[in-house]
Amino acid sequence: MTGKLKIGKEHGQRLFREMLRIRRFESKCAQLYQAEKIRGFLHLYDGEEAVAVGVMQALQPEDAVVATYREHGHALARGIAMEPIMAEMFGKVEGCSRGRGGSMHLFDRATRFLGGNAIVGGGLPLAVGTALADKSLRPGAITTCFFGEGAAGEGEFHESMNLAALWKLPVLFVCENNLYAMGVPLEVAEADTEIFHKAKAYGIEGEQVDGMNPVAVEIAAQRAAEAIRAGKGPYFLECRTYRFRAHSMFDSQQYRTREEIEQWKERDPLSHMQQWLTDAHLMTAEELAAIEAQVDEEIEKAVAFAEAGTWESVEDLERFVTMDEVPQ
Amino acid sequence: MSDPAPTRMTYREACKQAIRDALNADPNCFVMGEDVGRYGGCYAVTKGLLEEFGLERIRDTPLAESVIAGAGIGAAIGGMRPIVEIMTCNFSLLALDQIVNNAASIPHMSGGQFAVPVVIRMATGGGRQLAAQHSHSLEGWYAHIPGIKVLAPGTVEDARHMLAAALADPNPVLIFEHVMLYNEEGDLDPAVDAVDISSAKVRRDGKDVTILTYGGSLPKALEAAEELARDGIAAEVVDLRVLRPLDDATIFASVMRTRRCVIVDEGWRSGSLSAEIAARLADELFFELDAPVRRVCTREVPVPYAAHLEAEALPQVADIVTAARRLAKPQ
Repeated sequence: MTGKLKIGKEHGQRLFREMLRIRRFESKCAQLYQAEKIRGFLHLYDGEEAVAVGVMQALQPEDAVVATYREHGHALARGIAMEPIMAEMFGKVEGCSRGRGGSMHLFDRATRFLGGNAIVGGGLPLAVGTALADKSLRPGAITTCFFGEGAAGEGEFHESMNLAALWKLPVLFVCENNLYAMGVPLEVAEADTEIFHKAKAYGIEGEQVDGMNPVAVEIAAQRAAEAIRAGKGPYFLECRTYRFRAHSMFDSQQYRTREEIEQWKERDPLSHMQQWLTDAHLMTAEELAAIEAQVDEEIEKAVAFAEAGTWESVEDLERFVTMDEVPQ
Repeated sequence: MSDPAPTRMTYREACKQAIRDALNADPNCFVMGEDVGRYGGCYAVTKGLLEEFGLERIRDTPLAESVIAGAGIGAAIGGMRPIVEIMTCNFSLLALDQIVNNAASIPHMSGGQFAVPVVIRMATGGGRQLAAQHSHSLEGWYAHIPGIKVLAPGTVEDARHMLAAALADPNPVLIFEHVMLYNEEGDLDPAVDAVDISSAKVRRDGKDVTILTYGGSLPKALEAAEELARDGIAAEVVDLRVLRPLDDATIFASVMRTRRCVIVDEGWRSGSLSAEIAARLADELFFELDAPVRRVCTREVPVPYAAHLEAEALPQVADIVTAARRLAKPQ
């Protein structure tokens, strides 16, 4: 593992456990999709777990997070309980968006998780706004905004970069560059495929990070968060990563080869982390087994919670279309 | 004890006073938009406010409607009370994603966890020979969208007081100020220091025909009513004020009295707000109507530059008079 961070046993196991929670949660979601318990779109994060888990290590409770429609990992790593997330996937009223959002729109007020946004690039202006508010109301707080490299093609990306830099707003922009915007390869969409160059064009400090390595991501995110909290304005991380599964459940993946997928799977952040922790004597076989058992139990409980959940009353269909007050 | 004399001011000045009051009342309130500071606002509404409130509270932005709207939405979620100005509703199309997909959707989509108390002001309407990209009336589109409130102040009083009500509302509120109204003068009753943003108002009583309208068409409707009165037709003029949600009760009550209705809407006729109101009247008052509902709308063209063509395209007093006369014969 690279970087100067000294990883102890607890820390290393935490990174591994968080990634494993995401991987196995989503594997269960895929099964539940086949079983038609989960419907709509389901975008899985397999292969990209190191990005969410690494970045979240640098965040504080008062920070805000704006995510994408591929946000189960961000939601879990941010600390939203698995039970309301799974219940949301089922569309139950116990879900973290009361069944109104589903997989793509997980929200949680307690952790300032401002949603999966399913408009590519649509979350960036919002993040600029929360950062603007925080600058006055919550000094030191930062907004972390996740988006894919496809967002770099959108005008909203550029408008947001410029305003965040111009007003020195506390935004951590995290580009999850998984090389394909749905099926459009990076080189087919971008004149300059080094996305972090675009941040530099706006005077934003930016760097490219190995998004398959949670420690590398964490080191970069800590460095970024520290600079942002010191009032230096926004920071940009381009995390190079790869999605092991299809874009969604309706994707025959004609745009990439099996060989390419297999090559990237050799860099699987989970198996690498597991190997590294084992080799460094930071995780015994018993500890690994215990972590796996804990995660499996958590997922089992989440599924049971979702199964036992109830449906929002149809009389409440229009509830929250307009609000009676601003929730405090 | 005699009432204090009414204050006379322009619609523009009323808008500015409303903003000034809001900034004085709440330290978390601020204005952001293109040219709102140094230039003083495209229609001079915010002129002088930068000197009064400083750069942090009167924020000039880049020309970037999407992030202007989005940052306002995010700041509102974060606890501020932003007043976002978008120069004209024609430019707001560049901000539609933020307004529709975020502001209007997040409260419901989040199961009520987040409110978006942002106010977005924009100029609307034609009549100044500014051609197609500065003259359209798009408020009817916004009125289509659940989750936002749409206001159209048509009087100086509403221009003066609607903003405070909009800022006090926990929902995203869009305010459409008609460009032809900014120079209009009106009296402000000193006894009125607040207005609601839920009701339509009868601006002139009449028993023969109801003219439903809002915003920049309100003065035209009142002038038309004056002319109709000379023919012996008593037209009731209802100012919708709030385009979403529509105040059905006031609309229906007026049409129940007159049994005839002309809707004046500066939007294009097809798929318009006037079409929605006509449909509601057909649904609810079918057996009460003595005549079909008539509409006076903008002709279905991009509003042109040349004065005579523009005048032909937009609803005019004569069009309203003609439509009303056809419904209600002089007594």
